[in-house]
Amino acid sequence: MPGARVLAFGGYQPDKVVTNDDLAQTVDTTDEWIRSRVGIESRRIAADGETVTDMAEAAGAKALAASGLSADDIDLLIVATCTPETQIPNVAASVADRLGINAPGAFDLNAACAGFCYALNVAADAVRAGSSRHVLVIGSEKLSQWLDWTDRSTCIIFADGAGAAVVGPTPDGEPAGIGPVVWGSAGDMAERITIPDRDGYLRQDGQAVFRWTTTALAPVAREACERADVKPADITAFVPHQANLRIIEAIARRLGIPRERVADDIVHTGNTSSASIPLALARMDEQGRLEPGTPALLLGFGAGLSYAAQVITLP
Amino acid sequence: MTDQEILAGLAEIIDEVAGVPADEVTPEKNFVEDLDIDSLSMVEIAVAAQDKFGVEIPDDQLKDLKTVQDVINYVSKNQ
Repeated sequence: MPGARVLAFGGYQPDKVVTNDDLAQTVDTTDEWIRSRVGIESRRIAADGETVTDMAEAAGAKALAASGLSADDIDLLIVATCTPETQIPNVAASVADRLGINAPGAFDLNAACAGFCYALNVAADAVRAGSSRHVLVIGSEKLSQWLDWTDRSTCIIFADGAGAAVVGPTPDGEPAGIGPVVWGSAGDMAERITIPDRDGYLRQDGQAVFRWTTTALAPVAREACERADVKPADITAFVPHQANLRIIEAIARRLGIPRERVADDIVHTGNTSSASIPLALARMDEQGRLEPGTPALLLGFGAGLSYAAQVITLP
Repeated sequence: MTDQEILAGLAEIIDEVAGVPADEVTPEKNFVEDLDIDSLSMVEIAVAAQDKFGVEIPDDQLKDLKTVQDVINYVSKNQ
């Protein structure tokens, strides 16, 4: 059975920047409060007509170009999203069509903020099992259309964007590039993060979620390292879901991973749910902060509640 | 575990979570007013206290623990 690896990343952010001071004009909050509680300085919000599909297309095109593959090489496209504009059609098939990918398997996957890590594992399994050769995996979200812009506990956190990765087989004789996944869920806490109905808004019990993330997730990340036979100390980039800088720092501290190896894309991106991990990876790659051939630890977590972690070898 | 041992353990946790030097953590200190510790840090302290002392401090109890002495009493009573 061939191994699977990540070949390239790509990211897309909308143009519109919303600062904390902008938000302080409409809800009772301050720049200082937002920075200290969630670590965000600014975030990007999609234009009115800009869709989850548009952003997925943009990120997917960048990842595909960076991989050196052509559209013809992709035979499966997975979009992780929990904010599609329509129930049907799905996002994936439209994105494939726009990118000129000819009739690939195409489906959306909803594991909320854990979605990218779930989709990455499904892609890796498909390559390992031989049901696909090259997979385009995209996380794309437009949280802004599900926010109550008068609720200061959520509208300061969430944002829009997309990130993507191309997955393909590992050449013969080379070690696996995507390690075993550790995934799971905690449905008993389902009510802690919800969008209760079609016309509803995203609601979150912040304190309960914070406690869960700082308690339950470090062991998940540690197990992903063990299964990949990598020590946390050897991880060169820890890229957790960019939920809240305080959560990211608390988990990194428990794992003993030094701050300079930890993704902090949230500062200028906000929480973009399933897009946050590939978006952070794409930016770190652009900035030359990723060391090719070394192990990175990915950790997705969010509504469901659901979580997934895996170690990948950086392309 | 004596109150003194709980205080020492708690001071270590607070140093790690919030960067407050251990010698500033004395029983009469109020977390919010004296040590500048916010509600998220309190949750982290509760989580770390569970690892260290084996005593769970649920969110609905946590909000009533205002001072260092309150936490010492809670841990001492429930250990």
